[in-house]
Amino acid sequence: MTRLAQLRSEARFNLLGFRRSPAATFFTVVLPIIFLVIFTSIFGNEIIGSTGARVATVYVPGILALALVSANFMNAAIVTVIRRENGVLKAMRATPLPPWVYVGGQVAASLVLTAFMTALVIGIGWLGYSVEVQPGAVPSLLITLGVGAAAFSALGLAVTCVCPSEQAAPAITNMCVLPLYFVSDVFIPSDGAPRWMTFIGDIFPIKHLAVALGRTFDPFSEGVPMPGWRWLILAAWGAFGVLVTLRFFRWTPRS
Amino acid sequence: MSDDPDLAIEVFGLCKRYGGIEAVTGVDLSVATGEVVAFLGPNGAGKTTTVEILEGLRTRSTGDVQVLGVDPANATAEWRERIGVVLQGAKHEGDFTAAEIVTMWSAYYRSPRPTAEVLDLVGLAEAADSRTRRLSGGQQQRLAVALALVGDPELVFLDEPTTGFDPAARREAWQTIGGLRSLGVTVLLTTHYMDEADHLADRIVVISRGRIVADGTAAELAAHVAMPSQISWDAAELSPGLLGDRLRDLLSGAGESLPPAAAVGMSATEPVDVRHAIATRDVGEVLRELLAAADAAGTRLDSLAVRPPTLEDTYLALTADAQGGDSS
Repeated sequence: MTRLAQLRSEARFNLLGFRRSPAATFFTVVLPIIFLVIFTSIFGNEIIGSTGARVATVYVPGILALALVSANFMNAAIVTVIRRENGVLKAMRATPLPPWVYVGGQVAASLVLTAFMTALVIGIGWLGYSVEVQPGAVPSLLITLGVGAAAFSALGLAVTCVCPSEQAAPAITNMCVLPLYFVSDVFIPSDGAPRWMTFIGDIFPIKHLAVALGRTFDPFSEGVPMPGWRWLILAAWGAFGVLVTLRFFRWTPRS
Repeated sequence: MSDDPDLAIEVFGLCKRYGGIEAVTGVDLSVATGEVVAFLGPNGAGKTTTVEILEGLRTRSTGDVQVLGVDPANATAEWRERIGVVLQGAKHEGDFTAAEIVTMWSAYYRSPRPTAEVLDLVGLAEAADSRTRRLSGGQQQRLAVALALVGDPELVFLDEPTTGFDPAARREAWQTIGGLRSLGVTVLLTTHYMDEADHLADRIVVISRGRIVADGTAAELAAHVAMPSQISWDAAELSPGLLGDRLRDLLSGAGESLPPAAAVGMSATEPVDVRHAIATRDVGEVLRELLAAADAAGTRLDSLAVRPPTLEDTYLALTADAQGGDSS
């Protein structure tokens, strides 16, 4: 088989496994939509004071960030740890499949999921809450999604290095992201938050993803949004993930 | 090394150290093309370490290794096309069917066998569409063999293919492994069951404490250690007092594998259960004396039984020798 056909096959089976896993489907597809509906219902979809934007204009990009992190980071990390602990990765190492094709297949599957969730969240935002991507901001949106997906895929592989077992993987990955959602403009805007909270949000990548996505929905931003340094911070975190993975990733079971 | 094309595996002086511990200490091993060889030894003897070095999944400390003419430390995709590996305790992703997993793995090889053919080979055709989490232990193992066969390999490694199986699952696995022979595949399998080694392999290589202690067919190994046969009879038929001095001295004196009943049941209440036993390599002579003693005592000795040394006796003797040699 050609490498391309191998990549396609890997991606296809990854997506099939995803569809058949109720936990993965719930946390990546259903939960973000539930959050979107809950938050906009609690806070109403009013026009926020002087900005002229609606509440959902804040939540659509926030929930999109949540879905992206879930698809690329959580899901990929948990699947990888399960495969590692069951000896599937070790057995795979004994086949001629190059490791990069295996990783590439998983990233490709995450990208497909990200595209699906993007369409779903934007579609619901548009039909349900009149939130629109600004036409000039589409390239910016695509770049943000691409850089974000790559960075969180790398971090997803990196975090498997600190997961000792199959049971620990969901807990550890949730511990990594759940607290950050609250200081990263995902669930609540961080404008009025204390300094130390905004500081923590600024260090980690989720906030930069959420804010960069937010710019593409903001009807009042001037010109074409090009959040260059936020992309750079995301890319730097991705590079960190790649380095950790190259140094510490293991194919053999730990327990 | 000789680079003999008729040898699928050639190992010379293989050592593996983990920290200060030597897991494998100077293993020599050769497997001819088309041969089925069992690598037999107790847990922790170094079987898996050795096999995983041969599979290119582990590095070695020292020694020369050639597998299909290639040093596995420099394993290439090309070389991996030619081998198949079944790891110890292989598990599968539960959400996929057997056929899906085989199809997924067939994409890893240049000219894979068709999925249906592979499932047929290992006798999983009727379970093709079952999710792997619903397969029995024996079926899961056969699926692992299917994955090792999908690339049409010349050489297959099987690491403890039946450990933890019930007898029926073991028979299933044996059937599948036996089928590899008809494909002309060279097989190296590890096991800690002597009967499994005897049943499946052309040749048995025994490893104990990281060292090869014997190499040959089951019969050759048995002849090599020359374990005694066991002669036994019901105590009620012939009591020790009626035996000659020589036989009385031999009488289970060494404490060798006396049936438990004899050990605990020396009371007069259940004399029928009590058996006397003699362990000897000189079966003919002992029997003649015993029957003479029985004649003299006027008993028929219908309960007389002669048990040749079992495979297990041979195996235990072989691996016990190595441990004795190690501590000296």
